[in-house]
Amino acid sequence: MTVAATPIEEIPLSLRGPAPTRVLVGYGFWLFLLSDIIIFGVFFAAYAVLSGETAGGPGGPQLFERGRVLIETGCLLASSFTCGMMAIAATRRARGTTFFWALVTMALGATFLSLETIEFARMAASGAVPQRSAFLSSFFTLVGTHGLHVTTGLVWLGVMIAQIATLGFSAAVQRRLLCFTLFWHALDIVWVGVFTIVYLGAH
Amino acid sequence: MLGRLTWSAIPWGEPIPLITAGVVGAGLASILGLIVWRGWFPYLWREWLTSTDHKRIGVLYCGLALAMLVRGFSDAIMMRAQLALAAHGAPGYLPPDHYNQIFSAHGTIMIFFVAMPFVVGLMNFAVPLQIGARDVAFPVLNAVSFWLTAAGVLLVNVSLVVGEFSRTGWLAYPPLSETAFSPGVGVDYYLWSLQISGLGTLLSGINLVVTILKLRAPGMGYMRMPVFVWTALASNLLIVAAFPVLTATFAMLLLDRYCGFHFFTIGAGGNPMMYINLIWIWGHPEVYILILPGFGIFSEVIATFSGKPLFGYRSMVAATMVICMLSFMVWLHHFFTMGAGANVNAFFGVMTMVIAVPTGVKVFNWLFTMYGGSIRFEVPMLWAIGFIITFVIGGATGVLLAIPPADFVLHNSLFLIAHFHNTAIGGVLFGAMAGYTYWFPKAFGFRLEERLGKAVFWCWLIGFYLAFMPLYVLGLMGATRRMQHYDDPNWQPLMIVAFAGAVLILIGIMLTVLQLYVSIRTREHRRDTNGDPWVGRTLEWSIPSPPPAWNFAVLPQVEGLDAWWTTKQRRLDGADPGGARAFAPFHLPRRNPTGFTAAFFAVVMGFALIWHIWWMALGGVAGIVALGLRQAWRTETEVEVSAADIAAYDQARMAGGPA
Repeated sequence: MTVAATPIEEIPLSLRGPAPTRVLVGYGFWLFLLSDIIIFGVFFAAYAVLSGETAGGPGGPQLFERGRVLIETGCLLASSFTCGMMAIAATRRARGTTFFWALVTMALGATFLSLETIEFARMAASGAVPQRSAFLSSFFTLVGTHGLHVTTGLVWLGVMIAQIATLGFSAAVQRRLLCFTLFWHALDIVWVGVFTIVYLGAH
Repeated sequence: MLGRLTWSAIPWGEPIPLITAGVVGAGLASILGLIVWRGWFPYLWREWLTSTDHKRIGVLYCGLALAMLVRGFSDAIMMRAQLALAAHGAPGYLPPDHYNQIFSAHGTIMIFFVAMPFVVGLMNFAVPLQIGARDVAFPVLNAVSFWLTAAGVLLVNVSLVVGEFSRTGWLAYPPLSETAFSPGVGVDYYLWSLQISGLGTLLSGINLVVTILKLRAPGMGYMRMPVFVWTALASNLLIVAAFPVLTATFAMLLLDRYCGFHFFTIGAGGNPMMYINLIWIWGHPEVYILILPGFGIFSEVIATFSGKPLFGYRSMVAATMVICMLSFMVWLHHFFTMGAGANVNAFFGVMTMVIAVPTGVKVFNWLFTMYGGSIRFEVPMLWAIGFIITFVIGGATGVLLAIPPADFVLHNSLFLIAHFHNTAIGGVLFGAMAGYTYWFPKAFGFRLEERLGKAVFWCWLIGFYLAFMPLYVLGLMGATRRMQHYDDPNWQPLMIVAFAGAVLILIGIMLTVLQLYVSIRTREHRRDTNGDPWVGRTLEWSIPSPPPAWNFAVLPQVEGLDAWWTTKQRRLDGADPGGARAFAPFHLPRRNPTGFTAAFFAVVMGFALIWHIWWMALGGVAGIVALGLRQAWRTETEVEVSAADIAAYDQARMAGGPA
């Protein structure tokens, strides 16, 4: 009975009772991202084991064009910044600004994806297909899974634009935007790993 | 048009799967007919198939597990019968090709579709009640998780009649599971059903972790959580950390099989041993995902039926979390014979022995809880005592296997089979049966019949020892696992004893069905009128049985361990008069068909991928995407329960009306 009279700030966090939905959703999505990062972790491990297994085919140094990958990296990192701007606009419920930053984010993401697709196509044209060697299998799986995530992110962002347009900045839409931004930043973190280990690490 | 699917996919020449499928099909058809004839379908759809209530979903999980136990056990007794016959040149009755499918299906089904849904179902049911929550964190996602698991179950069972099942053992080691050696659909059935149900398990794991960490009733700090909640937390953390490894590993094998990649092939630089490492990085935590909730159930049961608080609560929590972490550091003991070298093997051997220490701590805690208590030998307590004895034997043989030189001799022998059944049956299954008996009255409002319950326990206990103790001896005599026939006539008597044990377990399973039937028929004699049939200690016993949709009319204010026990004590002392309570309105999730429909499309997609029917697979994926969009635009997701509704329910209960 005395507990009810205590101001909520003075009660330790673990004793305060059920958390609000926004906390639940954000926290749950964090856990999902952690599990997603473990999937990437397995693909990284496979790449580490198999990166030398070229089976007489081309290896990383012959195939990778670091200049192009650097531009890709720039696009993706910049899109994280614009995604942050979108989140700020969304909390202020500024619809036009939110759309603007969402579209810039999409454009940067799409540029990243097109550059990656060109890279994959050039490799495939020179015979460096994933069926060629274990190294190429693990390379295409690791980098391709990241690309698939970016593609999913672009579709998701498109859906979010439609959600804002039709439902406005409702509490549910705000929560989904929060999850989207977490997802988009996590892809950046994974890409930093890809860039460092796959492209800079190739020798 | 139909990919690899032709009429010859149905095994017309093999009577066993055909007859089984006929019987199961006729059974399902008659159940469906009864449902339609009696007009039960709207009720089922409204209250079960589209339910987002964690209690209903928990019951569905357990029902699914019990049904699949029958399937998995049929495989087991067929193997035992084959080995009782196939000695000294006799062929037995199962051809090698069929036998290989049966042992693969037995392991796959028992782990993924019996043990997992049983444990997940009990956690789903009991955890929110024990922490004083109105539901799990994400109720719709919870339904999706369950129905994805059911989708995996359906695909595995379809493989009985359409095509074949995997012949590669329960973990599908490459290179045998690669296209070069397993070109048929068996491995694809295995992979897709486990990918789909694995996604469900991962989502359920996230859901329960968030529920436990963020939805506890006011005042329930971490060191006030019941031990079952702690073990559920550890288990679900392991799910979140380990299941992605399984998903990624299977994804690589799928790429090998479908796109000609070279992760685990023999040629082009592939590395089959990488698969075996990765699968056990999931597989060993999986062992603890299953057993830790069992430990939690036994902790609740032993404390309740000894009438004492659990001995050494803090050490129990610490042991649970230590096991949770160490479970990621022992995986290599599954393949000491790989040739990783003496130092690596020594490290993993020592770690394996170390993980036995916290388990030993738990055993002593249970014994000291019973010491000096007023023990009631009711059915859950019998399972608990049977568990302690059996599990200690299983643990001891596990420590033997942890010694690399001994493992080189015993690896892949029947000794190993005896060891892990000793822990899986003695630990997980006994735990699930204890939990089933313990929480059944909470779920349905009446107890299970006791005499039959005791008969079931004794059948399983004696049947287990008869079935598996001979396997230890046979293993030491040199009998290997996955063996379809043998030449040494000296093995046959022990094989026949093992078969007799399986028959006893069969009787136990049949008695379980009978017990359920009898209990339902005579439920009025065993009504749980006050919601606390076992004189319990934790919050789930403070609410009516079965609980209302909202579980708690007023969120409990927790002030210590064993919250319900303390409240009862205070009421006895007159310190807590109870009396009028202030009700506040709250929101409950609406029923939602997303889970069921998602599973439908997942089955379509999985089946199409298995048979290379690409247009149909695209259709399944499109269905799932459309469903996701539909869900994203659903705005009426909750329904308000008014204070008046709750007050009316509470009044009716006080007046002794129907709960």
